[in-house]
Amino acid sequence: MLSPDDLDTLLLTFKVAGIATALMLLIGTPLAWWLARTRSAWKGIINAVVALPLVLPPTVLGFYLLVLMGPAGAVGKFTSWLGLGTLPFTFTGLVIASVLYSMPFVVQPLQASFTTIGEQPLEAAATLRASPLDTFFSVIIPLAKPGFLTASILGFAHTVGEFGVVLMVGGNIPGKTRVVSVQIYNHVEALEYAEAHWLAGCLLLFSFTVLIILYTVLKTHPVAHQLK
Amino acid sequence: MLTTAFPRLVIALALLLFGQVSWAATTLVAVASDFTKPMTEIAAAFEKATGHSAKLSFGSSGKAFAQIQSDAPFEVYLSASEKYPLELEKTGFAVANTHFVYAIGKLVLWSATPGYVDDQGKILATGNFKHIALADPSHAPYGVVAEEVMKSLGVLDKLRPLFVMGENISQTFQFVSTGNAELGFVGLAQVIDVNSGKIGSGSGWIIPDNLHSPFRQMAVLLKTGAENPAALALVDFLKSPTALAIIEKYGFGLPK
Repeated sequence: MLSPDDLDTLLLTFKVAGIATALMLLIGTPLAWWLARTRSAWKGIINAVVALPLVLPPTVLGFYLLVLMGPAGAVGKFTSWLGLGTLPFTFTGLVIASVLYSMPFVVQPLQASFTTIGEQPLEAAATLRASPLDTFFSVIIPLAKPGFLTASILGFAHTVGEFGVVLMVGGNIPGKTRVVSVQIYNHVEALEYAEAHWLAGCLLLFSFTVLIILYTVLKTHPVAHQLK
Repeated sequence: MLTTAFPRLVIALALLLFGQVSWAATTLVAVASDFTKPMTEIAAAFEKATGHSAKLSFGSSGKAFAQIQSDAPFEVYLSASEKYPLELEKTGFAVANTHFVYAIGKLVLWSATPGYVDDQGKILATGNFKHIALADPSHAPYGVVAEEVMKSLGVLDKLRPLFVMGENISQTFQFVSTGNAELGFVGLAQVIDVNSGKIGSGSGWIIPDNLHSPFRQMAVLLKTGAENPAALALVDFLKSPTALAIIEKYGFGLPK
């Protein structure tokens, strides 16, 4: 069965994933909108930067973050100057790392659905004298709803499943940075295979359910290529 | 003169080469990550001395243990603890009675900042830092020993909230070397300067053996390697004066 420790790691994982997903939608929506509309020469470069975590091994990202956010790194010096201390081994640090890591899973479905909407609804809204903000909330968001759902689910699920980055910047602190994937790994390393099976089974069930929702309820086939 | 000698030379060379190839074998070795540096050097010396070659796979002892039980192709297993090799002999994955202690692990309380750790480890009692790194005691032998040391010094409960835990000793070292943890328990081999025999950078306290139970690192010949001359030769070579000199150079104690 699941021990209280295991339950704690599950709760913590969902907390990290929930906060990270909210932040990713907040940052990812304007970013995806810009990427879908712009003709700027920067588009290719920004697209590449956003997609980088898809290709980079998580340990590489984790290692860079550990160095950058550490006391000798640029980000670490800045956060210390702000009086926040350094970010590795903290809940905040974990959320920031997750946001960077899962961002492509949010931006890409949004960008795809913004692109599909095209110019016509925007022009129609403009002729009706809708302000850009009004257009965004009354036209774009309803039309892009499947994109938002896919982005949220993928962003959340991918954060739940992350391991390499968390291992590098988390420090495996119970109740603070020990998430479920690390806990499973610990169980396996400590040869507690029964405990590992229980937690792994929970994750498997969770992932499968998420994918079922994606493919049957939302019917979002285009995201298949984004799943590693 | 040269033209008549040449074919014979070619034949002689070919014989030498092919003779070598048919005789030399390769063995795959699972090595505890704390033994990375000495084992890399030992493998090179082994190749030179015997003509066999050893391919090394580094990682945590617990992971290698689990992999071996799932029929991983490793032929020799150098663990950071005694527990795993003995268990493998019992379950029949290792050849009975082939286990031996190859090195005694040495623990260091280390910081990347010079002058931070005093040479008696008094800093532990102050608790005047945010994070102290150690390998995860739930499965890493270095973590178990680090906990014993803190217990002996009576600071374990006080320091526990400051723990950050590495998956293995290499990751623990990374936490400390990047300065994210002010100090931590690492292996001597990771911080020793092999030329001077002292701690190479930052500051550290080499922890006396009487503060923890003996840290014997044990190796064993696995069933998969029982017939491989290279595996057998490597097991012998690990006990040779050449290997022992390398092991000692990296700050490990020698088996008695």
